[in-house]
Amino acid sequence: MRAFKYTRADSVNEATETAGQKSNSKYLAGGTNLLDLMKGDIERPDVLIDVNRLGMDEIREVDQEIILGAGVDNTTTANHPLVKENFPLLSQAILSGASQQIRNMASNGGNLNQRTRCAYFYDTAMPCNKRQPGTGCGARGGLNRMHAIFGWSEKCVAVHPSDMCVALAALDASVQVVDPQGEIRIIPFTQYHRLPGDQPEKDNTLQPGELVKAIAVPKNRMADHSYYLKVRDRASYAFALVSVAAGLELDGKTIKKARLALGGVAHKPWRAAQAEEYLVGKQATDEVFGLAAEAALSSARPLEHNEFKVNLGTRAIVRSLQKARSGGVV
Amino acid sequence: MQNDETGVPEELVRLEDLSIKGRSRRTFMAQATAGGLSVFALSLLTEQEAAAQEAMPNAAVRADDADIMADEFLEVRLNINGQEETLRLDPRVTLLDALREHLQTTGTKKGCDHGQCGACTVMIDGRRVLSCLTLAATCEGREVTTIEGLGTEGRLHPMQQAFIKHDAFQCGYCTPGQICSAVALLKEAEEGQASYVTENLDSAWGDLSDEEIRERMSGNICRCGAYPNIVKAVAEVQSGRETAQTWNFHVKVDEVQA
Repeated sequence: MRAFKYTRADSVNEATETAGQKSNSKYLAGGTNLLDLMKGDIERPDVLIDVNRLGMDEIREVDQEIILGAGVDNTTTANHPLVKENFPLLSQAILSGASQQIRNMASNGGNLNQRTRCAYFYDTAMPCNKRQPGTGCGARGGLNRMHAIFGWSEKCVAVHPSDMCVALAALDASVQVVDPQGEIRIIPFTQYHRLPGDQPEKDNTLQPGELVKAIAVPKNRMADHSYYLKVRDRASYAFALVSVAAGLELDGKTIKKARLALGGVAHKPWRAAQAEEYLVGKQATDEVFGLAAEAALSSARPLEHNEFKVNLGTRAIVRSLQKARSGGVV
Repeated sequence: MQNDETGVPEELVRLEDLSIKGRSRRTFMAQATAGGLSVFALSLLTEQEAAAQEAMPNAAVRADDADIMADEFLEVRLNINGQEETLRLDPRVTLLDALREHLQTTGTKKGCDHGQCGACTVMIDGRRVLSCLTLAATCEGREVTTIEGLGTEGRLHPMQQAFIKHDAFQCGYCTPGQICSAVALLKEAEEGQASYVTENLDSAWGDLSDEEIRERMSGNICRCGAYPNIVKAVAEVQSGRETAQTWNFHVKVDEVQA
């Protein structure tokens, strides 16, 4: 690991000011991804700003929103009464990711900013436009079984690894960030992460020095009819091949509102807006779910090794909607 | 003193030193390692260069690294198993390396060093974490509990006893991490924490099913595949219900008499 200066900030102001002064600095929260990337010489910060003691460690209800402090760890968030009651989908998504040890360490802010697990990104002997712009994409013509089927570019076919973020995208969350001047900005969750385009080195729309302070999730009427389904190569402690966050607001059997987001398929959590629109006003039947799922996957562009994700994604959507309809039990 | 053939001090190569008695085994390892390192002329390296080598294996120290390191060592106060320790550390030193290389508490194991295997699991403020992905500097003011803090040779932690009873390991390398993980799991279950396989998020109380234990222990990989017995050990302690072990020694009577 390359040498760096370690500094612990005691306030949000101190943290962002330091980041504003040091261009090659990184905020350190749980460190579960950043430290690993630094060991692999992929991240090379000169300064690490420890943001674990800034007081961003509350989960509270404000008006019709639940505010998740960026410094709260994933375990605490998943098990918090306000989260379990209002967004069981979010609890499930968080609990499906990583291991208990990692969830105990990982912060909510850090979960958003974790980087892809694309093997070419991790292997410094391989080309990767995300790690080193201009070197090419190793995965585009290489082994791309785990990679994107939506929204990829010739420059990058990596996927975002988070489960939590898939649920947050489905739940219409927003991200509160603060810059070194103290300016606060609210970013709708679906605009927080970006597609690779010509700049795959940029995972999200954060500006230099900006710090995630909190995530706001608006209350909804889907808590009784939601489900997070994660399909992976082993039963636990693995990244998703495909995951689905599904939420329904039902009036009897009629769907009043639907939310669908997919993980493991794109550079960002993939909202299936077309399928959501299709579901509204329909009856919550298996046939309707099937048609919605087909609509969601109709724009898929699989790569050489991941065509299976189209079928898998279609079936996973149907399955998660069935689970959501019955309150988690099928 | 030195046996040229093996590079190991010969008076130390005695069977009893290789037994599971912790202290003598560690002494053996420490002396053997010191002997080995002298071959590479450790004394020619400065303390800082040595630290950098440790933090950056297989890589030369860059000149600008040395500039940063010269005045950037940190004084870190750690509480390990109830004992206060103050160390002067390169900021790159992980909690795992601080435990193993600086405090010689080698019960905590380095498996993958990338947060994938769980061998380095310890508890910070009673919660299980991966010490390989934790910078020692971030642990100031926190209470770290390692396998050494759970029990002693005469008085094992119930989870340690259960692991022995149920033969929950073969090579033993993942075991300290498994046990730290399992001990933390007990408290999580008591608090009603849910897992991905919990049917109802609010009903996560009571005895954990085997499926729950497997899910909750999935961050600890066992190369030997002792999983069925690990589940049995954890289930016994978590439920408080004794279960018979499924293994037995088969000893021939005439061998015992001989």
